[in-house]
Amino acid sequence: MRELRTEILVIGAGPAGIAAAVSAERAGARALLVDMQSEPGGQVWRGQWDKPTNRQSRRWIAALRQSPVECRYGLRLVDFAAPGLAVFDGPDGSLRVRCERLVVATGARERLLPFPGWTLPGVFGAGGLQVLVKNGWPVAGKRVVVAGSGPLLLAAASSLRAAGAQVLLVAEQAAAADLARFAARLASHPAKLVQAAALRLRLAGVPYRSSAWVERADGDEQLRSVRLRIGRYSERLDCDALAVGFGLVPNIEIAQLLGCTLADGAVVVDEQQHSSVAGIYFAGEACGIGGVDQALIQGEIAGRAAAGSARLSFGLRRARARSERFARALDRHFTLRDELRHLAAADTVLCRCENVGYGAAQVCRSQRDARLQTRLGMGHCQGRVCGAACAFLFGWDAATPRPPLAPVPLSCFTASPTEENPQESP
Amino acid sequence: MTHDAIIVGGGIVGCAIAERLARAGLAVCLLERDVLGGAATAASMGHLVVLDDDTAELSLSAYSCARWRELAPQLPATAEYRRTGTLWIARDAAEMDEAARKRERLASAGVDGELVSPAQLALLEPALAPGLAGGLRVVADAVVYPPVAAAWLARRAVAAGAQVRCGVEVRAIGDGDVLLADGGRLRARHVIVANGCAVPELLAGVPVRKRKGHLLITTRAQPAVNHQLVELGYMQSAHGGDGESVAFNVQPRPTGQLLLGSTRQFDDLGCGVAPRLLRRLVARAQEFLPALERMTALRAWTGFRPTTPDHRPLIGAWPARPGVWLACGHEGLGVTTALGTADLLAAQLLDLPLPFDARPYAPARFAPDAELAHAG
Amino acid sequence: MPAEVRIRVDGVVVSVPAGCSVAAALCHAGRGATRQALDGAPRAACCGMGVCFECRVRIDGIERLGCLTRVAEGMEIGCDA
Repeated sequence: MRELRTEILVIGAGPAGIAAAVSAERAGARALLVDMQSEPGGQVWRGQWDKPTNRQSRRWIAALRQSPVECRYGLRLVDFAAPGLAVFDGPDGSLRVRCERLVVATGARERLLPFPGWTLPGVFGAGGLQVLVKNGWPVAGKRVVVAGSGPLLLAAASSLRAAGAQVLLVAEQAAAADLARFAARLASHPAKLVQAAALRLRLAGVPYRSSAWVERADGDEQLRSVRLRIGRYSERLDCDALAVGFGLVPNIEIAQLLGCTLADGAVVVDEQQHSSVAGIYFAGEACGIGGVDQALIQGEIAGRAAAGSARLSFGLRRARARSERFARALDRHFTLRDELRHLAAADTVLCRCENVGYGAAQVCRSQRDARLQTRLGMGHCQGRVCGAACAFLFGWDAATPRPPLAPVPLSCFTASPTEENPQESP
Repeated sequence: MTHDAIIVGGGIVGCAIAERLARAGLAVCLLERDVLGGAATAASMGHLVVLDDDTAELSLSAYSCARWRELAPQLPATAEYRRTGTLWIARDAAEMDEAARKRERLASAGVDGELVSPAQLALLEPALAPGLAGGLRVVADAVVYPPVAAAWLARRAVAAGAQVRCGVEVRAIGDGDVLLADGGRLRARHVIVANGCAVPELLAGVPVRKRKGHLLITTRAQPAVNHQLVELGYMQSAHGGDGESVAFNVQPRPTGQLLLGSTRQFDDLGCGVAPRLLRRLVARAQEFLPALERMTALRAWTGFRPTTPDHRPLIGAWPARPGVWLACGHEGLGVTTALGTADLLAAQLLDLPLPFDARPYAPARFAPDAELAHAG
Repeated sequence: MPAEVRIRVDGVVVSVPAGCSVAAALCHAGRGATRQALDGAPRAACCGMGVCFECRVRIDGIERLGCLTRVAEGMEIGCDA
């Protein structure tokens, strides 16, 4: 097992993590940036490392390239062997990192909800299919239905079309009135307004329906069709892929493992992005869903604060307040409708890993009770998928994750560390 | 209303007692502060094993395993009861001698054991490391998934008329009643305290200490293991001094996963997983099962064994408080001995013939006025 | 034409675009499923970002996620994880 030392360890190389690592170095600290993907960018800047497509990503990717930040990719956090000693695992074995302070910027995941047929091959997360396509998944010529909720659906539909997919429909579960109010909100965010307009332009020709959602997916070994509820009508659409996501949920496993205070499923931080545990900062979606602007601002603040440069400029504070207003608007206007709680049948799989049915889980008292009585959340993903679904379906709190945070070879526990040259450059 | 019996604690012991007393016709109320089988029961391996450190442990565990076998046909499939047997593994000739002595001791309680040669060992468990000296195979032992078994016992209690209330915390035990955290009071002729490591929170002077353990489960994969595998040195680890100890103890789950144990420590009262202990746990297991090196760890967790100074449970009246009964301190054997504990406690409480000698488990041995209590 | 690499999927040699993820490579290779659920039903990549573990496969003997791993020449992939 290799071992590295650093002053500030930044976990997650999406916008927040890049901003944190770069800002920490600028403030005079040594930072190490680690991500489980094979290159930086996170989900939102996936595939942009070599060819950034917008001003923001160009600026920050260039900053990271020029900064002395040491970067390690393809490594996933497994556990903390001790406070300040992180254990990662990857294709080349495990890596231990000793650090003085920690910035966690692990972003968000999609909320997936169960409906009959949602486990069929060909049913993806909305952002999930978008990301798979960016990594070479062949979607050209395929008939795709995009469904669920939130602005991500538009981005997914747009990028799937650009990759040659035939997007049959975008089904947004929120009502038209709520969407109109959200669009009005956008007016106060010029960057987003432009982005949205560009999307709409490219989406010309793709039906976009509000108050619409997928009731079931059908197929044999593979998805063949979906049944949609559109207002008062039900409609069947033949398709090759369904990209369906119901907004984002913060990735809080590391915060739970470290015992950081949470509220409403997100990490509680102070003005410096500092969590309730000394020396541990969080930035980006883990602190609450707010998009890339908020992630960059929080990353910058967290990186500077972790480097000991605690004073916040007026500009940063104002930018953060503005992005927080946007986040609140997002939450209100894409509230998930109650009908989505009743799509699954008793025998619909709820926990995909352990094949636990909706009916078996429904009679339990809590996430923990369901874990113990039905094995829900006890498989590979440790409840990352079904936990977020259960929070919406039953109002359950997320269960505490157990180490390792992801399945690892048993040799990860027994290997003895050999220290790498701490001065080694990336 | 006044219940005949209130049971504090919905672990597998409390659930078994509720079931037993409700079947005897008592008006029973079981109170659990969280979820059924959520503490030591959830953390445990669920190895139903006859242990023989002393005659008391032997009679309680042999009796209990027989009761599990009687219940087995009625258990739901999700309780995953399976007669894996136990294979006690000897590394050398001295441990093989110990295996022979163990076989004699088990035979005295009517439990059959079969000495296994190195060649037979390799046939029974091809994944074991070469060069082991053999072992003792006890085919009657079994495994069960404890939280589901506990909840099933609770459902049987309800079917027999008991009340089972989860999310209800008991703050104090009064005179013929219990005070709830919400301020309510429930009256009962008998209060049976079966909340494991939490007993001292309610009854000062009950000598139950937490003894931490780590467990790790793999993903579903090869190699296949057929028996619960335990090194013969296990008992030394289990009952040795107060220091930290690690012993090889691997259980094949019916899911195809392997459950790896076991560690013991008194000095750590936090529930966190200690990588140092996991490392020792895995390293020890790999000595016996080298193929583990290629397996994938899914999850590790810790739990606390409620331990008494003499490693025997407390089952019976607590002399310091009339009307209060104890069923606790089962250390690592609570799942195995839950059914025997329930029968023994019920027999004492209902004045029925005892299934076996109750004296070794009498809480009176630790009561402040122990001599007086023993005289009775 | 994009460059291709050759990999083995459950023992069968296939050519797939270089640089894509293992999950994408399996799709190029015509494999609809990455694994079987406990009831035998086929499962395939879903979340695309290392969360759901549906695309786990055995890569050169070790369990890995297809969506997080880039395909490489000579890779042995087993859909039995």
